[in-house]
Amino acid sequence: MVGRIQINQEWCKGCGICVAFCPGQALGLAEGKVRMLFPDQCVGCGLCELRCPDYAIWMEAGDAGEARQNG
Amino acid sequence: MASRLIERYMRGAYLPHIWCAGCGNGIILRDVVQAVDNLRLEKRDTVFVSGIGCSSRAVGYLDFDTLHTTHGRAIAFATGIKMARPELKVIVLTGDGDAAAIGGNHLIHAARRNIDLTVVVLNNNIYGMTGGQFSPTTPIGDFSTTTPYGGIDPDFDIPALAQAAGATYTARGTAYHAAQTTKLIEAAILHEGFSVVECVTTCPTYYGRKNHRGNAVEMLKWQRDNAIPVAQARNLPREALEGKIVYGELWRCQRPEYTRQYAAIIERAGGKKQ
Repeated sequence: MVGRIQINQEWCKGCGICVAFCPGQALGLAEGKVRMLFPDQCVGCGLCELRCPDYAIWMEAGDAGEARQNG
Repeated sequence: MASRLIERYMRGAYLPHIWCAGCGNGIILRDVVQAVDNLRLEKRDTVFVSGIGCSSRAVGYLDFDTLHTTHGRAIAFATGIKMARPELKVIVLTGDGDAAAIGGNHLIHAARRNIDLTVVVLNNNIYGMTGGQFSPTTPIGDFSTTTPYGGIDPDFDIPALAQAAGATYTARGTAYHAAQTTKLIEAAILHEGFSVVECVTTCPTYYGRKNHRGNAVEMLKWQRDNAIPVAQARNLPREALEGKIVYGELWRCQRPEYTRQYAAIIERAGGKKQ
């Protein structure tokens, strides 16, 4: 699965679930919100989207690792 | 801005939801809409009903016809909808307190009738909304605001309770096992008859804090490390399952469905009067 990570920081509550379960350790928290820190390490698995309780991070079609952050 | 799944099935204007940071309810609600999407259910043919509690806030975020009812009565309202419009898919979102305490009688009698409802029980092992009181699924010995020395009440096994009362499909999923839980919810929706899917969720704010289970991440890791697939559990001694979560499809059988039997009675009595 190849995709691009999308982040809606307005909905992120900073629980850290996506960060903890990211197999590539590509994500991190900054000022209590999720950030794509290491796009090269994103394997495009979509586990972050599957377990985000707040629908604040998801995959869209595109190249793995490309991140777009809004909000 | 949200994923296609969330934009399609949720009321984005009401998001972010009210649940605490790291609450597993949001994960399970996503599983529910993923199941609906996978089954290609039409919004006009699908109704969601909830009762009261953290879990029951879920329907407020769903862009379907939804009914947020009184405490414990979600299954009773859902029964009314299904009797009036048997062609609809009626899905109940409820909690451990809502379904197994105040709503316990509705649960067992709907199971006895085998009415075609899908009941998703978000079990967080505590009353979250009202301040962390112990619920019928708080494990014996565990702490809550009303069991400060540990509870002495044994906890209900909700799928076993439903099965004993007559449910024809039961399953258990967890917040951690999101993909598997989605499949279980799909199977429950497709099953004709009374279906119960217990979804073990995580409450870091009350259950986790009162029982030193750590934060949301640690609670999900605990689920990962302590959940046993049902096929594996069947070969293990009872002691090995103590304190574990057995997940998967637990029970499935066929029995006459209630609304079909009711329609047959109407026919025998001379048909519907216009």
